[in-house]
Amino acid sequence: MTASRSDLRLTGLTKRFSGFTAVDGLDLTISQGEFFALLGPSGCGKTTTLRMIAGLEEPTGGSIHLGDLDVTEKKPYQRPVNTVFQNYALFPHLSVFENVAFGLRRRGVKDVKKQALEALDLVELGHLAQRRPAQLSGGQQQRIALARAVVNRPQVLLLDEPLGALDLKLRRQMQIELKRIQTEVGITFVHVTHDQEEAMTMADRVAVMNHGKIEQLGAPAELYEAPGTTFVANFLGQSNLVAVTRSGTDGQYTMVDVGGQKLRIRTDRCSSEGELLLGVRPEKIRLHSAADPVPSGLNQLTGGVVLDASYLGVSTQYLVRMPWGQNLTVFAQNLGIGERFSDGSAVQLAWEPDHSFGLAGDAGAGVESTLED
Amino acid sequence: MSRWLSKHALHIYGVLAFAYIFTPIAYVMVFSFNQPARSNLTWRGFTLENWTNPCGAPEVCSALGNSLKIGLASTLIATVLGTMVAFALARYRFRGRTPTNLLIFLPMATPEVVLAASLLTLFLNLRVPLGTATIVIAHVMFSISFVVVAVKARIASLDPRLEQAAQDLYANEFETFRRITLPLVAPGIAGAALLAFSLSFDDFIITNFVSGDVNTFPKFVYVSAQRGIPADAYVIGSAMFLLAMGLVLAAELFRWRRSRRL
Repeated sequence: MTASRSDLRLTGLTKRFSGFTAVDGLDLTISQGEFFALLGPSGCGKTTTLRMIAGLEEPTGGSIHLGDLDVTEKKPYQRPVNTVFQNYALFPHLSVFENVAFGLRRRGVKDVKKQALEALDLVELGHLAQRRPAQLSGGQQQRIALARAVVNRPQVLLLDEPLGALDLKLRRQMQIELKRIQTEVGITFVHVTHDQEEAMTMADRVAVMNHGKIEQLGAPAELYEAPGTTFVANFLGQSNLVAVTRSGTDGQYTMVDVGGQKLRIRTDRCSSEGELLLGVRPEKIRLHSAADPVPSGLNQLTGGVVLDASYLGVSTQYLVRMPWGQNLTVFAQNLGIGERFSDGSAVQLAWEPDHSFGLAGDAGAGVESTLED
Repeated sequence: MSRWLSKHALHIYGVLAFAYIFTPIAYVMVFSFNQPARSNLTWRGFTLENWTNPCGAPEVCSALGNSLKIGLASTLIATVLGTMVAFALARYRFRGRTPTNLLIFLPMATPEVVLAASLLTLFLNLRVPLGTATIVIAHVMFSISFVVVAVKARIASLDPRLEQAAQDLYANEFETFRRITLPLVAPGIAGAALLAFSLSFDDFIITNFVSGDVNTFPKFVYVSAQRGIPADAYVIGSAMFLLAMGLVLAAELFRWRRSRRL
């Protein structure tokens, strides 16, 4: 690992509360200047991880390093780390300016005024410096909380569901804003969220957490295109997961069988042994009428019947009943060309073999959390 | 007529309620301008004499001075100790926390006469000379419960994340307490201190038992009531009331102006 000056390194980080393990032996290196997202359902341990990095929670085991500096035992105020709290936690008795200047004053910085005003300008709220936090809107408070943390130029900035309390439109706007500020100041951002879209839009890399462990870590596209576990496949977007049996190999592909129909998965995107689930994203599948021929070289499933077609404007969502009793989801873009299917149509499904992924285990895992969002 | 009544019933009730509360105060104020005599029970004519010379009656001002001294001392001690107890009870889990929480209410629930008698017995048995010190001890004892209750409520309403945010922003434990916790709890402490002062200032029963020959203002009023309260006592009573009202109004005005400026 190329340990540059101030990479954030978690080693075997563990937090046990009485009776349950919130964070379970986490190993993670976040490079300097990276926008990193910890994504997972509530209770997966992502916030506890963040609080341990901030020093607000004491780890039961493991260590936290910033570059060569071991900060595991350090107090929150001894760490070059700042946090944007979930509900902002602005000091109600201080003006906006004094909130932003708080960290600078504690560190004995010389030109407090200049730096604090610069930070306020960065979030475009310089004109509100003399207000009290209670007189600001939610979006403005959010920006002040950000300015209050960024002004200290920490090595790592922690964001705990910072956009959770904002409405959808403001959230989109703040996502872009956050990304801009991160690029501008070049600080490592560690962003905790349960919103997969938020994580995917902003982060360079995403770690999907579940039950105190990292399920999978990678760039957003990587996680989406090649989920490694059923939890990731279901938590990040939607997936069709079909239980299949292996029936051999063909070059770089593993041949599998479902209800007598042969399908292919790239062997390198397949768990090596045991029970196998074939996964394919709903938008990767094309629907064809049962009567039409399907271009060769594609994975093909015949015998489907459209149960339900929901028109969503940009796309149509089909629910297709397969001969073995499973319902698969298909998203068809409304391009205005090609056939539209109504309920009861006999259809077949086709997709590029490379868009399949093979997962180990049980199709039900993680479905709950998908419904939650 | 009955429609008029039903429409204004609430107003009438309100006026009557205020009249009930304020008549005695108004009476005291009016009679503070009465022509002085041995007793101040009948109206003899208007004069400013009592107000220009409030210490006219023997001992009235030394009693008042004692009361103020005792009030300030017991307020200071009760507020500091009570605030510390409140923080301990609100912030820490320790053995005996629940019983402490209950016991702290005990002085509030015990009849004052009982407290007074037992304190006197205690002081006599320990051979503590009765005087200003014993009064202060007694006052601290009963006002501390009120301070604890008031301050604890304020601490409980404090968002713990504010202190975490301060620590995250490089404030150590002491600075966090000084710049965040204390300013945010201060209104509760100030309210508790005012309460403690007023409890001490007008306490008669306990004071009467444990004061020995030290005279306080309530004691003075009680003793003089036997032979006629001098108008000077009315002046001091009115002045205390006006002072308290003035303070409340000033605080409101300050708050109103601050909220308008922002």
